[in-house]
Amino acid sequence: MSARAVTDATFDQEVINNEKTVLVDFWAEWCGPCRAVSPILDQIASENADKIDIVKLNVDDFPALAAKYQITSIPAMKVFQKGEVVKTVIGAKPKVALVADLAAYLA
Amino acid sequence: MRQIIIIGSGPAGFTAAIYAARANLKPLLIASSVEAGGELMNTTEVENFPGFPEGIQGPELMAKMQEQAERFGTEVVYDDVTELELTGPTKTVTLGSGETHEALAVIFATGSAYRKLGLPDEERLSGRGVSWCATCDGFFFKEKTIAVIGGGDSAMEEATFLTRFASKVYVVHRKDTLRASKIMQERAFANPKIEFVWNSAVVGITGAEAVDGLRLRNTVSGEETSLPVGGVFVAIGNDPRTHLVHAQLDLTPEGTIAVAGRSSKTSQTGVFAAGDVIDPTYRQAVTAAASGTVAALDAEHYLASLPADLLADAGETELVTVTN
Repeated sequence: MSARAVTDATFDQEVINNEKTVLVDFWAEWCGPCRAVSPILDQIASENADKIDIVKLNVDDFPALAAKYQITSIPAMKVFQKGEVVKTVIGAKPKVALVADLAAYLA
Repeated sequence: MRQIIIIGSGPAGFTAAIYAARANLKPLLIASSVEAGGELMNTTEVENFPGFPEGIQGPELMAKMQEQAERFGTEVVYDDVTELELTGPTKTVTLGSGETHEALAVIFATGSAYRKLGLPDEERLSGRGVSWCATCDGFFFKEKTIAVIGGGDSAMEEATFLTRFASKVYVVHRKDTLRASKIMQERAFANPKIEFVWNSAVVGITGAEAVDGLRLRNTVSGEETSLPVGGVFVAIGNDPRTHLVHAQLDLTPEGTIAVAGRSSKTSQTGVFAAGDVIDPTYRQAVTAAASGTVAALDAEHYLASLPADLLADAGETELVTVTN
């Protein structure tokens, strides 16, 4: 399962008003570490589909949302609950490390 | 069991793989899960790799090296080594997935990791204006004033690249001369958006929610000043990545893995090292590639010297165990 892309138009519905915990992966095509971490997030998403939604936002296409969430380094992975950011992880990490960072939201 | 496992996927690792594969050693190369391709993956134009007169993008060069290694039978695994057992004739490599692989020889080519400034606010403001990857993060500093810290080639490359986005780039350097190559220096000096701040050590990064400036100390007069910037890119060098082996292999005073003379032989029989992890001085893609060649040839020579029954066991290339 590949993470769904969200846009300016769908962000409120998919992220802010989502009942579930949502991780938004802020990424861009020209960012090597973003491309490296993307398949790992896909794995985490499919292994934890009942607990967390994982979506991706292309900062090149939607700079206003990137600015709103003060993104200055990517990949930036922000966990949202009830519309609020509850956790931020910066930078590509191996799966074990990422799962450890997100443990509270995958349990 | 295998004949050889190569750890690392930069120019040293892939060049070692090309040689080992062409020697029919069927190498397994552990590429890492998120840093496959190594440091060149985060660079843009590579202009000093021979054979590419027009220059080549770092990621493209690495893709070509991998293609060449795979063409001769290298098997690439995208995982991270979590544990290494290097003593004795059989070496054991454990991966993040829990898989364990065995080999008679190991080439260690894990390169180096970005050095941090070691300032208390660096971690707190990381992702809030402090960055180590200009190609990833330059985009977020459009029309901003930012600083690059460092005086080497990577600092010059980052500063020059960042002028595509930023309105002003300060290069903050501890000395009054640069370590960078002449061509990179001249390019930076000629860039109207770049201004050099000489003889200045960074003693603090300021900002409540995001970076708003640097505290600098003049290395000659000792005077402290503030430099208002919206972002800071750290390019002060790299440290050899030896954490997996520092208890098992001898290191040099510089922290690189010690090798015998001009060879790649480490303090452990059957373990060879190549690239930035053994090189405190040159650290170029070409020197790393050459070093990978040396390691593959040394390993090939070592394997040829082993008794036939050991080598017969190493014909098997399947996984040894899966623990989870």
